[in-house]
Amino acid sequence: MTMRNDYRSRNHPAWWAFLVHRLSGLALSLFLPFHFWALGQALQGEARLDTLLKWTELPLLKFTETMLVLLLAAHLTGGLRLLALEFLPWRGWQKSLLAWAAGAALAAGLAFALAL
Amino acid sequence: MNMLQVSVWRGGADGEYRNYEVPRQESQSVLDVVTYIQRSIDPTLSYRFACRVGMCGACAMTVNGVARWTCRTHVAKVVKGNAIQIAPLANLPVVKDLVTDMREFFDKWARARGQFAPQATRKDAFARVASDSPGRVAANAGIECIGCGVCYASCDVVSWNPDYLGPAALNRAWTLVNDVRDGARRERLAAVAGDAGCHACHTHLSCSERCPKNIAPTASIAGLKRAVALAAWKGEL
Repeated sequence: MTMRNDYRSRNHPAWWAFLVHRLSGLALSLFLPFHFWALGQALQGEARLDTLLKWTELPLLKFTETMLVLLLAAHLTGGLRLLALEFLPWRGWQKSLLAWAAGAALAAGLAFALAL
Repeated sequence: MNMLQVSVWRGGADGEYRNYEVPRQESQSVLDVVTYIQRSIDPTLSYRFACRVGMCGACAMTVNGVARWTCRTHVAKVVKGNAIQIAPLANLPVVKDLVTDMREFFDKWARARGQFAPQATRKDAFARVASDSPGRVAANAGIECIGCGVCYASCDVVSWNPDYLGPAALNRAWTLVNDVRDGARRERLAAVAGDAGCHACHTHLSCSERCPKNIAPTASIAGLKRAVALAAWKGEL
């Protein structure tokens, strides 16, 4: 029998980055079927798709959309960070990389939100 | 006198925390605290240490939830209010109190082919390895490991998959992969390429975050992943 670690051993920036990457990936994969279904509405004719697109103009839906962009940006930048860690020679600058990933994700989310 | 409230794990893995009061001293290390408890309060407390100066790695324990060398950890650095919690290292079987069984940890070094395989004989001349050659630089980055087990205890992948070789064994394998004198590169890459090898790493970086020697086993594991992929692509594995 062994002792198990708790949240205290995981409380460091790189572990949080892992969690954000994993959770954003899961959330995006849950959204994906809905995304394809929405696109599929175009097959039923222009009117059907327009009805759906009008529905997405609701403020709550716009907010959700911004969150989706944020998730996508977080997952993308998190993935780029991982690729850099795996494929580039690195020493000690992984934390700055993490800050860049978080910053870029936030910037993408804000750009989308403010452009509304 | 200012007293520390120290909570120490007693018994095996199914044991419990027991509380002790220890006088607070200036420049006191966590190892000093454990030693005080054993010598002045409860002589049945078991723990492991040797050098007391950060050379041997024997005194690694979990202090306030984080794996550390207790000899190089000042109480002032980790104390929460007036309290400290001390437990045995995670991911290793608990023998008693603060002592863990490290056999599996070192067996994994052997499983990762952590042994140097010489190609030369005593009749050959000394190998010349330029200190700025890429292999030497890569090996240098990981070679100061003293096998304390802090990275292994901090690794979530070890918790999830007990067969996972772990950061220290893989780091050792990477230093040997970069040793031009070594003759077992292919066997070593095969040994670290399986499900329990380098590709199981989730890049949490806990090992690199916690290593008291500031080694980045994650970098070594990333190097192994690249080396294994390249060898497989060339049909060597």
